[in-house]
Amino acid sequence: MNKTTKMVIVLTVITGLSGAILSSWDSVTKPKIEYHKLQALKAAISDVLPSYDYYEEKDIDGKTIYIGKLNDSTQPTGIAFKVDGSGFQGNLSIMVGVDPSFTSITGIKVLEQIETPGLGTKIVEDPSNKTNPFWFPEQFVGVIFSPQINVVKNSIPQNSNEIQAISGATISSKAVVRILNEDIVTIKELYQSVN
Amino acid sequence: MAKTPTPLSKEFLKGLWNENPILRMLLGLCPTLAVTNSAINGLSMGLATTFALLCSSILISLLRKIIPSQVRIAGYIVIIATFVTVADKFLAAYLPEISKELGPYVPLIVVNCIILGRQEAFSSKNGVGRSIIDALGMGSGFILVLLVLGSIRELFGSATIFNLQILGDWFNPWMIMILPPGAFLTLGLLIGLGNWLNERKVKI
Repeated sequence: MNKTTKMVIVLTVITGLSGAILSSWDSVTKPKIEYHKLQALKAAISDVLPSYDYYEEKDIDGKTIYIGKLNDSTQPTGIAFKVDGSGFQGNLSIMVGVDPSFTSITGIKVLEQIETPGLGTKIVEDPSNKTNPFWFPEQFVGVIFSPQINVVKNSIPQNSNEIQAISGATISSKAVVRILNEDIVTIKELYQSVN
Repeated sequence: MAKTPTPLSKEFLKGLWNENPILRMLLGLCPTLAVTNSAINGLSMGLATTFALLCSSILISLLRKIIPSQVRIAGYIVIIATFVTVADKFLAAYLPEISKELGPYVPLIVVNCIILGRQEAFSSKNGVGRSIIDALGMGSGFILVLLVLGSIRELFGSATIFNLQILGDWFNPWMIMILPPGAFLTLGLLIGLGNWLNERKVKI
């Protein structure tokens, strides 16, 4: 057998086997990976919506929204959806819950972020605040986002549309607010166009 | 070459100290610096890398007489990439938390020079048994350094090790330790310590 043929055969066999191993392993792990994704989604929705018994998934123009409902009523208790935008270093993905009339936030949860560890990551959890590590996301509960949410620095928010920035992570704090301001309006228009 | 074979124990131990991939050969520094912001991340990175190293070493040493030398690197990379992807999917399916923490650094094990280096320098020239011992030794050396580095950084950066509180509330965590500069500082000090110990050993 000449050298070239041998090279071709050996590489073909190796890559073929590799493909076979990977596709069979993928079929084992895929359902589990999907399951974890769904669990994470459910957990995020239950974090941002007030009481609900089940949620309905609805696609409007490619945006998925989750409508929380009670068993004995057709009226929604809240609406959740995912918003994205850029943070300090990379993409920020946030699950937001709002009340059915689209006036105030019922909760937010940051799903994905690559902010600076120890500073920007306080938008998720702040371990230096022993009494309430989640003070930053919890500020958004009840915030009225019309006409827009404002960020205040170094003082306690006075108005119902203000939140306090994290000291040392103003850009991350403002990024969260900017994404919410921009995207909630878009979702609101989408939602109201079909209801 | 009439050379008496190195005893197997020595083949294993060289990975821990004399030819430690990080402290002595300075290989695979990218994951070493990037993911060691906590002990658990360092340990899981070390284990994933060792898994890929061990499996690739076994397969490549079995195939060492079959793979033509002209295409050996291409062949090695495909084999390594296969095992790395298996490890990546395993973490995503069974340990989603760790998979999320390590992010893109698991798929990046493919280009870790420790793995390709060992295939080129060892598995392609030695039998399966010896290659396994070599891979385990190198893997253990890698895990050990990542674990020590991760523990030191977590201790000073978050006051914990493996999420267990070690230092009390009086300790104000040094943020820099869990940021990239902390990785460079700690690794530099560790390599320095390694060199110092080595010099002393020689004198004695």
